[in-house]
Amino acid sequence: MRPIFKILSDELVNQIIDEALGLLLDPGVRVHNHEALELLAAAGADVDSEMQVARIPEDIVRRALETAPSEFYLYSLEGEPVVHYGGDSVQFDPGSAAITILDRETQQLRAPMTDDFVNFVKLVETIPQLDAQSTAMICSDVSEEIGDLYRLYLALNYMRKPIITGAFGIDTWWTMKELLVATVGGEAELASKPIAVFDVCPSPPLLWSELTCQNLIDCARAEIPAELVSMPLAGATAPVTLAAAVIQHAAECMSGVTICQLSQEGAPIVWGGSPSAFDMREGTTPMAAVGTWMIDCAYTQVGKALNLPTHAYLGMSDAKLVDAQCGLESAGGTLLAALAGVNMVSGAGMMDFESCQSFEKLVIDAEIIGMAKRLLAGIEAREEPIALSLIRKMGHRAEYLAEPHTLKWFRDEFYIPSEIIDRSSLDGWQKKGAKTAWQRAAERVDHLLSSYQPSPISDELRTELRSITMKAAQNVGMGELPPLPDA
Amino acid sequence: MSEDLLAEITESVIGGEPETVIALTRQALEMGLEPMEIINQGLVPGMDIAGEKFSRGEFFLPHLLIAAKGMQNAMELLEPELVARKQTFKSVGTVVIGTVQGDIHEIGKSLVGTMLSANGFKVHDLGVDVRIENFVSKIEETRADIVGLSALLTTTMIGQREVIEALVEAGLRDRVKVLVGGAPVSQSWAEEIGADGYAEDATGAIQVAQKLMGAKS
Repeated sequence: MRPIFKILSDELVNQIIDEALGLLLDPGVRVHNHEALELLAAAGADVDSEMQVARIPEDIVRRALETAPSEFYLYSLEGEPVVHYGGDSVQFDPGSAAITILDRETQQLRAPMTDDFVNFVKLVETIPQLDAQSTAMICSDVSEEIGDLYRLYLALNYMRKPIITGAFGIDTWWTMKELLVATVGGEAELASKPIAVFDVCPSPPLLWSELTCQNLIDCARAEIPAELVSMPLAGATAPVTLAAAVIQHAAECMSGVTICQLSQEGAPIVWGGSPSAFDMREGTTPMAAVGTWMIDCAYTQVGKALNLPTHAYLGMSDAKLVDAQCGLESAGGTLLAALAGVNMVSGAGMMDFESCQSFEKLVIDAEIIGMAKRLLAGIEAREEPIALSLIRKMGHRAEYLAEPHTLKWFRDEFYIPSEIIDRSSLDGWQKKGAKTAWQRAAERVDHLLSSYQPSPISDELRTELRSITMKAAQNVGMGELPPLPDA
Repeated sequence: MSEDLLAEITESVIGGEPETVIALTRQALEMGLEPMEIINQGLVPGMDIAGEKFSRGEFFLPHLLIAAKGMQNAMELLEPELVARKQTFKSVGTVVIGTVQGDIHEIGKSLVGTMLSANGFKVHDLGVDVRIENFVSKIEETRADIVGLSALLTTTMIGQREVIEALVEAGLRDRVKVLVGGAPVSQSWAEEIGADGYAEDATGAIQVAQKLMGAKS
């Protein structure tokens, strides 16, 4: 039996959906995008063009929720379906768009550079617990104006796993699409076997900015999956009660699904988010508060009730160092996300809210993910009878270590962690140098990076990707790009 | 009697009852209390105590913001009275604040704005996605001492530099201190673009603003 965590009663789920539908009718959703307003008006929504507010009747929303696919796959660069968005599948990718990294030598937060992100992509490739890449950090050695597409360009040169990404501009989205199309060999190929998902973020409360709304429309038209990242900050940009924040989240996501489906019926769309229980002392947005986790689990349940693929930013920490807080917060969020059945859990490696990526945290989080995946596999009978014949055969002898039954099953039954998790005796631990988890994680990062296998893409494709990126760089006045580190 | 009423005003500011603050302020005016007295002996002590409780960890942000709301509401009632008496409530300084063009993030900017006004600053909040020329014209119009520029995205923080450049061009740069903030903003960015101050959070912003006012006078 697959363990699953439900935080809401069925009645509450229904009430949340009903009240969210009510919000879309009154006060409606603010849409700062001309094209989306036209689509909504044409479908029968009451659009106030001057105020840029759309009041969307329930039947339009219900229809969009029906035509949105309940599942889809992401493909590896080799063309294999490796990520399943839908049902209770649970997969993990690193948290994205960090503006700092935790320096591996000094343990200080600093701005990421090209080399940092390339090494990070390589590391993600080598971590079996991670199912997808993400455009995990913003490189500070290129102009901010191409910060989004440059990350994708770098990742495409080193990755095999599919990638969770996002655009920071309307025009840059088109360059990013061009990079993806070049990589898979055509628009039709990209639509039928997508290798990327674009995050699109409504702004709380109930607002679609021009940029994110256009990204959503453009993704839908190209049939590239989009991931709604609604982020109610309970107590600040959304009501403080958790159920009310989930209602606001649902209304924002429903409006996103509607705009998506009106742009292109059947386009893949994910019910996702990055909510937060606002910190009432610091004025910050904790990603690892228990209230944050509860909102995430609740909206995931609502998304499942609507038969949509789900996503959440979970498994992150608000700590500034890889310390005890960092570990406990990451473990709590990761386990809950897994139990809630979130299809794509973004957050591994991330700390300082959603700002900082750490190589060492990433490999520690991989152990948490390994444990979470084992937990999800549940407890199975394995043999019939389960134990009766075996224990009768063994009698009262404690000799299971030498039994074929043990050898046959122990790898399936137990999750076997890397050396990061210390289970030595005290003496053994001291003999190995009495290392901290940080030191063990740092060694693991080095070891994994040395095992990286270069991506299979051709030199012609590499040249094409560079020329697409170079063109975008020149458009913003950048004469050259930093050199590409070795594969 | 009037002392009791002023104490009640103070209590209602601290207690987070904006409606009561207004009702009591109106009552005080009707009793013939001077607006300046109401401000200095009723409202301001309430904000001070709320601020102290916040620093001690006894109060949380909602306490502080609702206290500030009570004070702001009362000030709206009192300002015409002050004008009629040709008096002005001397603020610590005048601040124009907003989130730069292309960026619609509100919460951090509003928090800083409210905290500044709770600390005696006169705050003009221009909202989000503010055009450069709107910053410039508001600074000119209000003779602001400080302008606060918020940006939450790496792509929009460039807007902070653009406002500073526009201030130089308009010949206003020497008259106004520039305070920058937002998630991707750092001390080194502030220095790079020639801002006068940077703070990591709202409480820090108040301290920097107070310091900048000290440096101005």
